[in-house]
Amino acid sequence: MASQQQLCVIEGAKVLMVGAGGIGCELLKTLALSGFTNIHIIDMDTIEVSNLNRQFLFRKSHVGQSKAKVARDAVLRFRPQISITPYHANVKDSDFNVDFFKQFNVVLNGLDNLDARRHVNRLCLAADVPLVESGTTGFLGQVTVHVKGKTECYECQPKPTPKTYPVCTITSTPSKFVHCIVWAKDLLFAKMFGDKNQDNDLNVRSGDASSSSEHAEDVFERRKDEDIEQYGRRIYDHVFGYNIEVALSNEETWKNRNRPKPIYYRDILPEEQSQQNGNVDKICATDDPSSVSAMISLGLKNAQDVWSLIENSRIFLEALKLFFAKREKEIGNLSFDKDDQLAVEFVTAAANIRAASFGIPLHSLFEAKGIAGNIVHAVATTNAIIAGLIVIEAIKVLQSDTKNYRMTYCLEHPSRKMLLMPVEPFEPNKSCYVCSETPLTLEVNTQRSKLRDFVDKIVKAKLGMNFPLVMHGAALLYEVGDDLEEDMVANYAANLEKVLSELPSPVTGGTMLTVEDLQQEFSCTINIKHREEFDEEKEPDGMLLSGWTQASPVVKNEKAPIGNGGSTSNALPAVQLDAEDDDELEVLPVGTDTVPAGKKRKLAGSSNATTSGTSSVADETRNHKTQEVLDDDDDDVVMLGDGNSDSSKKRKLL
Amino acid sequence: MDGEELTEQETALYDRQIRVWGVDAQRRLSKAHILVSGMKGTVVEFCKNIVLAGVGSLTLVDDRLVTEEALSANFLIPADESVYDGKSIAELCCDSLKDFNPMVRVSVERGDLTSFGGDFYNKFDVVVVSCCSLAAKKLINEKCRKLSKRVAFYTVDCRDSCGEIFVDLQNYAYSKKKLDETVECRLQYPSFEEAIAVPWRALPRKVSKLYFAMRVIERFEQVEGRNPGETSIADLPGVLKLRKELCEAHSLNESQIPDALLERLVTATREFPPVCAVIGGILGQEVIKAISCKGEPLKNFFFFDAMDGKGIIEDITKPVHLKPSSFGERGVISL
Ligand SMILES: [Zn+2]
Repeated sequence: MASQQQLCVIEGAKVLMVGAGGIGCELLKTLALSGFTNIHIIDMDTIEVSNLNRQFLFRKSHVGQSKAKVARDAVLRFRPQISITPYHANVKDSDFNVDFFKQFNVVLNGLDNLDARRHVNRLCLAADVPLVESGTTGFLGQVTVHVKGKTECYECQPKPTPKTYPVCTITSTPSKFVHCIVWAKDLLFAKMFGDKNQDNDLNVRSGDASSSSEHAEDVFERRKDEDIEQYGRRIYDHVFGYNIEVALSNEETWKNRNRPKPIYYRDILPEEQSQQNGNVDKICATDDPSSVSAMISLGLKNAQDVWSLIENSRIFLEALKLFFAKREKEIGNLSFDKDDQLAVEFVTAAANIRAASFGIPLHSLFEAKGIAGNIVHAVATTNAIIAGLIVIEAIKVLQSDTKNYRMTYCLEHPSRKMLLMPVEPFEPNKSCYVCSETPLTLEVNTQRSKLRDFVDKIVKAKLGMNFPLVMHGAALLYEVGDDLEEDMVANYAANLEKVLSELPSPVTGGTMLTVEDLQQEFSCTINIKHREEFDEEKEPDGMLLSGWTQASPVVKNEKAPIGNGGSTSNALPAVQLDAEDDDELEVLPVGTDTVPAGKKRKLAGSSNATTSGTSSVADETRNHKTQEVLDDDDDDVVMLGDGNSDSSKKRKLL
Repeated sequence: MDGEELTEQETALYDRQIRVWGVDAQRRLSKAHILVSGMKGTVVEFCKNIVLAGVGSLTLVDDRLVTEEALSANFLIPADESVYDGKSIAELCCDSLKDFNPMVRVSVERGDLTSFGGDFYNKFDVVVVSCCSLAAKKLINEKCRKLSKRVAFYTVDCRDSCGEIFVDLQNYAYSKKKLDETVECRLQYPSFEEAIAVPWRALPRKVSKLYFAMRVIERFEQVEGRNPGETSIADLPGVLKLRKELCEAHSLNESQIPDALLERLVTATREFPPVCAVIGGILGQEVIKAISCKGEPLKNFFFFDAMDGKGIIEDITKPVHLKPSSFGERGVISL
């Protein structure tokens, strides 16, 4: 039980919880049991069926209701005397400003996305309120403490960039099932059912681009009076047959690769050439578009089964037909949604047919859905453990027990006998652009890139600002806000379309820009460096931000990544699990291959750590970093350094 | 498995966890029968976890009536006293747990666990006991071991901000992923009685101090005829005396069991809810592993102390004299 002194700080504390999902439910319960009496909780989400296996404060009858409000009511049943204030809202709303944050003694995050985590980090820094950050995925989890000036902030270490793939891997040379999923979801599905005006690389990379582009011009358009069966077969032959032939014609590509096999409808389903398959009208008695399913109309029941090429081909054609027959109104406006059964069926089938063509093993709909939807793996036990650890750290923070702050990793496989591994927190990173004032550098072609590119691709996407303001010296180039004069709005809109060097206050090599977010009360300086050329493949933004963040990797597929999580810290390496789900937190420690460049871990005093790679934090299989074993009698010491010993930090692992 | 399919309802509800442990494991879970006794904070956490995971059935044993102490770390008992109505703690918890997951059968058994016979234990796949005496732990563990089928046995206790789990899976086979392969492994567990009989000097040098401290407290309660957890600061001198005797008998330096640690364990009568959550979570994970036979289970003690934040596994087993080559790390035999 807590000591008298602990009880005193607990009872007097005002706590803000961000997130009422998997960790949030467990955390609210544990806070209430531990004696906390004044808790505010923010969550914009409503309850879904797939939450119920772990978010134990919710019942089936609550589906559709606010998580924050239902969680409050459930906890009050066993602790009616405490005060819980729920907000069914987005933590990024302007109501939750620095003044709002200042009223709390500590902020506890149980969030599911990188964006919101960064936002809360900045508000906590601006309001000078300690933050306890957390994340889980499967059996892995972590808890970190961020106290301004004392420990690193959430953004002190660059977050692993969301997983993205080179365009040509997706369009021409897939080698893994996930490449086929990305192709099916972001290219084919988008082309068939999404916004026709969007750029789409579906038909690129042939040896002879001009001939194919002409062919591609209207191939996806359903011709007047074209029978839906005929249309489906034509699309099938085009994307799985013709496009593969085009790709094969580029001999250079296949020198060191297995050549794919074009797949044509007539070879897979010869007996169905003329007859109708499936029966749209008979099976879909209901008009509810969300219940339309190709699996049902073809009598396939088990989402765990891996379908044959023939079955996938039938599903593909049936799903395509159903979209046109039952959901025609939505065509042109659809974007992939993991909860859209028909969309998942279409993408699964298309990815599998493509996989078959490239000799990649096929997958079940259940698996394909997980990959396509970036579904987070989540179990109740890890969330409960992590919530317990958050409360333990929160109590230390409330007592300002600085020397005992720990970041703790919850591991799936024991490392040096430990399943729960505490590590001393890092000091703030002096070059962090968020919590220190170190400027960033941007390489950009100032005669070609527009202010809009800078605002969208750098200020919003990279720096995570919501209400940005861009200044050159005293000149305001751009700002966002509700209370702007009309002429200013027009002025800013005009600026957005201007090339940087042609702005009223020209931005050229050597310019120093100040970028601010008024809500986050956060600003940073960016030094501009002019550069003529950028590699389209590797630097698709046409800009390169450095100083803190890693160079942005190549790629297409903006949607899949939205990397959520990001690890909360990286004392131990973090692997990005590009999860993007309703509720959960992902993030996780593990996997030494993502240790920031040059860092080296020294593990000490344990008999089972060896240099042969048995002991890494969690993932034994990919430990290819050096580990040095020190012999130390009583304390386990982990050293993290830059490789040269004088700059290495020493920390104790308790 | 026997090919029974999960229902659509189960697939939707368990979607996120099936992605962690697979359909096979989920099927095995849905057929597992669990018995728990001692409905304090840690066991309550465990019950929540295992009911959410979707086990077949859960049977609760705790005939006590609600007291203020019983409420302290128990979120299954509503504050509204009008629902108590002479019900035992187990019955009140049962009502709440049923609500968590309608697919799990939750029920209550009245009576004293130590008086139940083999027929009773034979109905279960997993037995978890908490807040019970040293003698009761040994006895129930032996009853489980005498059955023809393998019943997984666990004890769990939290005192102050410390927690302990003991695991006996007897002779246990499981599969684990090693690189890209799945390998079959086998573990041999000692019973509780065998484990705590291992001479302290035969244990590795750095065994958790909590292991020794818990044994001292356990013995103290037995010698003094106390109920589990029924100690106070007034008992400290007696406990320190017992520590001296035990350390002498085992040739262990008394400093291995610090005064401050024993003082914490003796004084605190209530559980610390964050530690209940941590220990209940680890125990939940271990039981899920044991039922699904997937992943390496812990052998055979787990300790957590919020003071240092470490969650440590200790293997307290009599050293086996076999050719070392037939054993992998920590006594794992690869089949
Ligand atoms: Zn920072």
